[in-house]
Amino acid sequence: MLKDITLGQYFPGNTVVHRMDPRTKILLVIIYIAALFVAKSWISYAVMLVCLTAAIAVSRINLKVMLKGMKPLIFIIVLTALLNLFYGSGEPIAEFWIFKITRDGITRAIFMASRIVMLVMGTFMLTYTTSPIMLTYGLELLLGPLKKLKVPVHELAMVMSMALRLIPTLIEETDKIMSAQKARGAQFDTGNLIEKAKAMLPILVPLFISSFRRADELATAMEARCYHGGEGRTRLNVLKFAARDYMGLGLGLTVLAVVIVLARFGL
Amino acid sequence: MDETAIKIDNLTFFYNADEESGEAPEDVLAGVSLTIEAGSFVAVLGHNGSGKSTLARHLNALLLPKGGSVCVFGMDTRDEELTLEIRRRVGMVFQNPDNQIVSNVVEEDVAFAPENLGVPSEEIRKRVDEALKMVGMYEFRDHAPHLLSGGQKQRVAIAGVLAMRPKCVVFDEPTAMLDPQGRRDVMDIIEKLRREYGSTVILITHHMDEAARADRVVVMSDGRIVMDGAPRQIFSRVEELEELGLAVPGTVRLMWELRKKGMDVPLTALTADECAERLAEHFADR
Repeated sequence: MLKDITLGQYFPGNTVVHRMDPRTKILLVIIYIAALFVAKSWISYAVMLVCLTAAIAVSRINLKVMLKGMKPLIFIIVLTALLNLFYGSGEPIAEFWIFKITRDGITRAIFMASRIVMLVMGTFMLTYTTSPIMLTYGLELLLGPLKKLKVPVHELAMVMSMALRLIPTLIEETDKIMSAQKARGAQFDTGNLIEKAKAMLPILVPLFISSFRRADELATAMEARCYHGGEGRTRLNVLKFAARDYMGLGLGLTVLAVVIVLARFGL
Repeated sequence: MDETAIKIDNLTFFYNADEESGEAPEDVLAGVSLTIEAGSFVAVLGHNGSGKSTLARHLNALLLPKGGSVCVFGMDTRDEELTLEIRRRVGMVFQNPDNQIVSNVVEEDVAFAPENLGVPSEEIRKRVDEALKMVGMYEFRDHAPHLLSGGQKQRVAIAGVLAMRPKCVVFDEPTAMLDPQGRRDVMDIIEKLRREYGSTVILITHHMDEAARADRVVVMSDGRIVMDGAPRQIFSRVEELEELGLAVPGTVRLMWELRKKGMDVPLTALTADECAERLAEHFADR
């Protein structure tokens, strides 16, 4: 069951999307999110959907994997859709008790749900196609100017990349602990919500303890490999904007402009 | 080849005691003196709690002496200015490969140390490729480490240390968490490192058969060095070793038992082949 968690995972590959500069990809995701929030009509949503589908197709990310990653979010998506469904204005189509469903409500619900789905899928694209080290390197460079304001940019980037690095390891560990508990008769899938939560406690405690031990060992290993902060560090792969990055950014900005213009005209 | 790699002089160390318990801290290392020549292969043997891992952590200034001194290629580990230089010369491979790998891509992980040292990018690429080829993991360079087997992960961790181009590599129980195949692979790399690169190798272990491959064995117990000599010499002291809670290699054990039964066979047979040969010789003589 834990194997299904794909959040923050990286799938190595060698497509244009994979090779793209992480800075470009981060900026593109920001542009994409902005455009999603500007989009208000069927047409603009369709434009965004085309962009997303194209990106997924080019990067050859397995759609099944991506949809699996959405699983934990189903609840939030359904909840948001339902809330929006009942808060529409205008003539009600159907009515019962204090609830009324309007045409406006239905459109809103659909828009909201697809906004969340597309938002998550878009950000998945970033972590699926960019190795954590590249991702944090990109962030570090993008946030570089903040160093002048004494923001510990390198340290934050390092913390983030370590967290991402440890996700698969911790998932594996959780699986192991769960199996060990199951072997001793623990039940995780039965009972009500509170019982389930209680059953998780004996997993969390050993997981926490081992995480601290892990962190300690990892820090020692990093020190043994001469880690001493960001000062004077070089990189195996130096980031350089290539033609594909300028093209990607250009395309992203164009789409954003189109969506803004569409919104202006009330579309 | 007479250069001294490591010179430890009367080293003592203790972990700071809990302030609450108020107990006096116990010495983990109680006066260890040891000199290791450059280019040699030394195994440090000892059961759990003998202080062997603590000793290892003094060799690259992860721990600093509470008494006595540790000199690495002529550099005192207490000199903070030299810490990086010392760690660059003395690489360290730890027990759990999962807790040494810093990246989700093999080659980026191997590049971590040279990146920290500020090596130019083209040079890092060269070193990474060379280190990965040395451990036979070059084909896996763009894989995710968490999908590799334990032995493969440990080989990546070794490559990550070799990319620093250290003169000396300390292995702190590198095979303790590996399956038999992984153990063999790692031991082969350690021998290759010694043979082809002339590196000084220090292997911390509690496996006698691994220690048998070294040219010098140091046995530790209760924070002291209790035996020091060639593997043959050390392993013939079967009873003393067993008193220290260390099991001798099966071949030596067999010879020892045969001697006890009154057969005049030599004790020093470290490999199965050697053991068979000695036995054949023995029976041929009769």
